Amino acid sequence: MSRIVSSATIAELRESLRAIQGDGFKRRPVLPFGVAALDERIASGGLRLDSLHEIAAASPDPSDDAAATLFMAGAAARAWGPVLWVVRRRDLFAPGLYQAGLDPERVLYAEAADDAEVLALMEEGLRHRGLGAVIGEVKRAAMPNTRRLQLAAEGGKTIALLLKRHAREGGNPLHVPSAAITRWRIGSAPSEPLPVEGVGRACWHVALVRQRGGEPFETIMEACDETGRLALPARLADRAAAADGADRYSYVDAA
Amino acid sequence: MPRGSGWRPGAKWARADDRAPVTEHLETARQRKAKVAAEIAALPAHQRPALRDLGRRSEAAAMPFRAMPPDEATGGQPFRPAGSLPKSLGPSANGLPRRRESRATGDSVRDSGPPPARETGEALPLVTSLKHGSRLVIAAACPAARALGLAPGMAITQARALVPGLDIRDADPAGDAADLLRLATAAARRWTPIAAVSDADGLLLDITGTAHLFGGEAAMARRIVRLLARLGFTAHVAIADTPGAAWAISRFGTQGRRPGAGRGRCAPGRDGRPKHSGPGLRRGDGVVIVPPGEHAAAIAPLPLAALRLDPAAIDALVHLGVETVGQLTALPRAPLARRFGDALLTRLDQAHGRVAEPLDPVVPPEPIAVVQRFAEPIATAEAIEHWLDTLVPRLVTALAQAGKGARMLELVADRIDGVPQRLRIGLARPSRDAAHMLRLITRRIAEIAPGYGIDSLALHVRRADPLGAQPFEERLEERAADIAPLVDMLANRIGDARLWRMRPVESDVPERSLEPAAPLADAARAIDRLKPDDVRRLDRGVDLHPWHPRWPRPARLLRRPEPLDHVIAELPDQPPRRFTWRGQTHRVVRADGPERILGEWWRRAIEADSVRDYFRVEDEAGHRFWLFRRGDGERPETGDLAWFIHGAFG
Repeated sequence: MSRIVSSATIAELRESLRAIQGDGFKRRPVLPFGVAALDERIASGGLRLDSLHEIAAASPDPSDDAAATLFMAGAAARAWGPVLWVVRRRDLFAPGLYQAGLDPERVLYAEAADDAEVLALMEEGLRHRGLGAVIGEVKRAAMPNTRRLQLAAEGGKTIALLLKRHAREGGNPLHVPSAAITRWRIGSAPSEPLPVEGVGRACWHVALVRQRGGEPFETIMEACDETGRLALPARLADRAAAADGADRYSYVDAA
Repeated sequence: MPRGSGWRPGAKWARADDRAPVTEHLETARQRKAKVAAEIAALPAHQRPALRDLGRRSEAAAMPFRAMPPDEATGGQPFRPAGSLPKSLGPSANGLPRRRESRATGDSVRDSGPPPARETGEALPLVTSLKHGSRLVIAAACPAARALGLAPGMAITQARALVPGLDIRDADPAGDAADLLRLATAAARRWTPIAAVSDADGLLLDITGTAHLFGGEAAMARRIVRLLARLGFTAHVAIADTPGAAWAISRFGTQGRRPGAGRGRCAPGRDGRPKHSGPGLRRGDGVVIVPPGEHAAAIAPLPLAALRLDPAAIDALVHLGVETVGQLTALPRAPLARRFGDALLTRLDQAHGRVAEPLDPVVPPEPIAVVQRFAEPIATAEAIEHWLDTLVPRLVTALAQAGKGARMLELVADRIDGVPQRLRIGLARPSRDAAHMLRLITRRIAEIAPGYGIDSLALHVRRADPLGAQPFEERLEERAADIAPLVDMLANRIGDARLWRMRPVESDVPERSLEPAAPLADAARAIDRLKPDDVRRLDRGVDLHPWHPRWPRPARLLRRPEPLDHVIAELPDQPPRRFTWRGQTHRVVRADGPERILGEWWRRAIEADSVRDYFRVEDEAGHRFWLFRRGDGERPETGDLAWFIHGAFG
């Protein structure tokens, strides 16, 4: 009971804080993850629809990159309308995105020649207001550029997702100053153990590196399912029940 | 023979010394061949021996499983590039169904191509087939085929029994009608403002007041015939006072038409056509000109079919002993009307000119464009924008009047130094939205180089699609905005080729399981677009999406599979224990597979045996990859057991 009260109080306090910040809108459209453990720790209770979010892979490894891609695909799948995906290279594999819940009929792909064009096309898509999500893949985006995107997103219902890819010379892509509301780092983690041989449900290291009005955190989540929803791993959600199972059937031939 | 030089029969050095006798021998052989060919050509088509009977060794005997020429509703022979179509099929091809020549001249790739030319160059008798009820009948036959006794309406099976080696193709009535309409449009542009399509194979031109522009009626008719002959058509032209008489004489009264050679209405095999040498008829090559006021006499000897009557009425009249138009005209009208209804008398009166017969003329489409000329040249972006503000609404009005929506616009700015500046705007969907067009154009004004000034601005519609009246949008509820304007904006910025959608394709090979589609294309799956008789419609299994999650696919696919090094795996179907990719060694702790994907033998012959065994593996760090091995590990012809990586899972 006290917990409910406290969360209501906190929500009220947050509301008043937002009023002080003076964004002009009191209630903003939010895309929740549907996982309480995640949503409660995000200041807005989910991904805010009318703003920019940055996602980066934990490492330049293709698997981590694919995890970050699917994280965005899942978010776009749970958003409401058509999706504009601005790429630099045509390496996206639509069947994989479909398996994260993103129907091919919803996705419009555009290929940009350079990072500046990616950002310009994204801004065009955000200003159109008819899209559910706009996704872009860049290596570098300076503060003014991300601020432009954030301003273009405000007032609409289009979620802007910016995948920051690792540059050739290394460095953390999320360390660059940015106007994004949240910044995520996604990497793949060992999958759920199965009682039989085989690869279980994929898991991700999900780290919210920075967020406006909230604390960073890090956790392990099960990857997007066919509808784009993340889930809490069974061994975290119900540690006692799953623990002995996992012990008993630890994966078989690791040789 | 020089040693080690790779002797081959007929090598140059081997026959250099006895070249002269060989040429002489060839010469005589060629002459002999020409003589035999001439003798054969003199024979009627059905008596000509098959090439095999001539003892030609070069011609193999017909193989029993050889693909036959297309006969029954098949697509026909394999595709043949348009460039290899002969422009004309020779004199014996005259009077062929229209479709054929127009295609041959139009170089359309829809054509199934001409029959394989035999070495002697003879043209096979050709007929087109049409499905009539449940059987195939001849729709039209070439003169050579008619000489052999084939006629429209005869069953194809009977024709094939009568004439072996008959070239049978599908008739295409819709294509014929489209070509005829094009011809009518061309006539309306060139000959007379009133040109109408009369029926499946004729045009009616009202040349009142235009004949003198082409040197008189006779000269005009000859020019029309010559023009059509150049295009590959055999035309018959009749000029008379009434459309009905012209129709009748063009089909039944022109010179040189053999019995049964008429198009359409002439009953097969009916001969004994009366000799119609009417008074004062002037004849040329397929041209008949009836002097004014003599059309009644000219059509009097023609058969009843010349009146465009109902076949049942014709049969009944023939039964009564009435065979020509003249006999019909002589009958009292009242009993005729009682017996056959008004239609017969109307046709008779139309032919005689007692009842008006209005034509339904073809209106040639006019290109839509608006132009604004300036007294003083303009050179600034603001001025151009200002005038575009007035031009675009005018263009939209013109489009609305034509019932069209623009798909591609071109802005042409004529500079005073004569270098036009062109700007093309594409629209993903037919549109008449002035604000949208204006936005697209004004964004690109900067690309115009005004030079010393711009004399005139013109907006041309380069491509337009039909677009009906658009309802006002009711904003009662909030709806998702149309993304067509966004597509236009993006496409005009980065180009059409860099904006696409993905569409699933029924294929297990990952690279082929998707195809790009236009941004606003209908997203229907390929399975829904199958033809009604496609064999895949028989599949009654559960309709799974081709990308069903049961077969996991990576989020990003490598452009081409990359080879792996140092792979340790058990044969035949165990996943690898470790592998090295891009210099990094991965130890596999978990794996799924194999998912065996077989080559698509119907695409390429070399895929008939090939196999890829896909594995989904996870290494110690939790990275998941999609690997495959070429070959199934048992039969060497399926692959060389090399390992590749094809993508990464999240």
